[in-house]
Amino acid sequence: MTADVEFLQHNRITLALHRLADAPGRPLLLLHGLGERTPDAVPPWVRWPGPVYGLDFTGHGGSTVPTGGGYTSEILVGDADAAIGRLGEVTLLGRGLGAYIGLLVAAARPDRVRGVVLTDGPGLAGGGVHPGSPSLPHPGPHAVAPPDPFALLELSRDVRPPDYAQTFARFVTESSPLDTPLFVTAMVRPEWLVAVLAEPGVGQGTVAEGLAGYAGLD
Amino acid sequence: MNDDEHEATYPGARRPDRRRTVDSTGLSLSVAEWGDPDAPPLVLAHGGFDFAETLNVFAPLLAEGGWRVVSWDQRGHGDSDRAGLYSWEADLRDAASVLDSVGPGPVVFAGHSKGGSLMMHLANALPHRVSALVNLDGLPSRGAMSDVAEHERTRMLRRELEAWLDHRRTLVGRARRPGTPEELAARRGRMNPRLDPAWLRYLVSVGATRSDDGWRWKIDPTMRLGGFGPWRPEWSMLRLPGVGAPFLGVLGLELELMGWGTRPVDVEPFLPPGAEFVALEGVGHFVHIEQPRRVAGLVLDFLADVGA
Repeated sequence: MTADVEFLQHNRITLALHRLADAPGRPLLLLHGLGERTPDAVPPWVRWPGPVYGLDFTGHGGSTVPTGGGYTSEILVGDADAAIGRLGEVTLLGRGLGAYIGLLVAAARPDRVRGVVLTDGPGLAGGGVHPGSPSLPHPGPHAVAPPDPFALLELSRDVRPPDYAQTFARFVTESSPLDTPLFVTAMVRPEWLVAVLAEPGVGQGTVAEGLAGYAGLD
Repeated sequence: MNDDEHEATYPGARRPDRRRTVDSTGLSLSVAEWGDPDAPPLVLAHGGFDFAETLNVFAPLLAEGGWRVVSWDQRGHGDSDRAGLYSWEADLRDAASVLDSVGPGPVVFAGHSKGGSLMMHLANALPHRVSALVNLDGLPSRGAMSDVAEHERTRMLRRELEAWLDHRRTLVGRARRPGTPEELAARRGRMNPRLDPAWLRYLVSVGATRSDDGWRWKIDPTMRLGGFGPWRPEWSMLRLPGVGAPFLGVLGLELELMGWGTRPVDVEPFLPPGAEFVALEGVGHFVHIEQPRRVAGLVLDFLADVGA
């Protein structure tokens, strides 16, 4: 765990928010992938002139592991919103699951999110575009350490219909003052992300290009 | 009514004959049973924002018909633990934990509203565990919701999204609003406008607790109707055609807030072969509470017919 960590409360969950770099300006908030946690330091491929923070989602890293699962992407949007409530205006860099959460929270808080970079990472695809054959997998004995096996199980089965993701992408592009409020660098493109990419106002390129564009904003 | 000793009664209501707890992935669930413990089990799931003792009239009728009725307070409801997280999958696992506590053999699955959908999903996931399936106004359908234009639906989603996140920010330390039994009954009446006010007052005595500043419903104060997510009503209906066990569906045709608005025409194409389906005129979403004897009669006759 990083030395510079503060804790936020989202209902019964205590969330770890790590400060990885201190500088004046708009923060970059890292949203990790499924099963990951905030890295100990700013990754070398992330160039950002302002402060850099990372949030551990529920059941991950230094955040609470709740009893008995019950994960949905929508709940993690509440996690990200708690961090935004603390940090104010932010730019988001999401890996995998964190990229999907970044899209959803940007739609909910268009006045607070100044750009989202959506990158490859664990949990990008989720559970496909519609529910599969029902089953009741059970993670077995309770975890004592994160990541919570219920999170790994449930968030890899989380259904992500393309038109659902597209609706959120439209919220972002219609509400944001930015020309390109969403920027996709992911090479893996599940159907929800293909639908997002089809919207005007969604850019594509490298992480460096995406971050440079958002770093240069007022 | 005396506020200090609110011990209401209601005609035909009988509290559970037995209470026990089941551990479900670390959470304690409160299980309620009516009837002979050696009778064949019928596992009965309540709907969202209800609790097992909302079955205090309906369940005893099934028990008198020869069944061991097993229900439970879903996580966050009634006397079960409040959870860190709530989801459909979590409720399914909890239902399976209760089912495991009843035994390995096939049993009757039944449920109202969300509980009906839950047991229908469970019947698909565990076909070897179900001997018959009863669904009481728990069939969400696409047809019922298609009269909202797409752009309007999108605007609604956006407002819901913001309202939901704003709500999430207010949850730390939240408690239910206290009140007198009459006030709690009146609040519940807004969700259950068709139900007898005397029944709602009775529910306070079995679904609320009293502390120094008044009565509070037991349900987790952080739970909220609505919210957002990718769920579509047709996902639930698509669990129906594959049901292999004998099926009885009961629909209440009076439209109301807590119902799905599903019409018979929305259900009929999805019924599995041999299914029995009854639509009740002049009855709302809470079919088993508005007309407990009639609906229990339908269930008992159906179970006798199919030899469950």
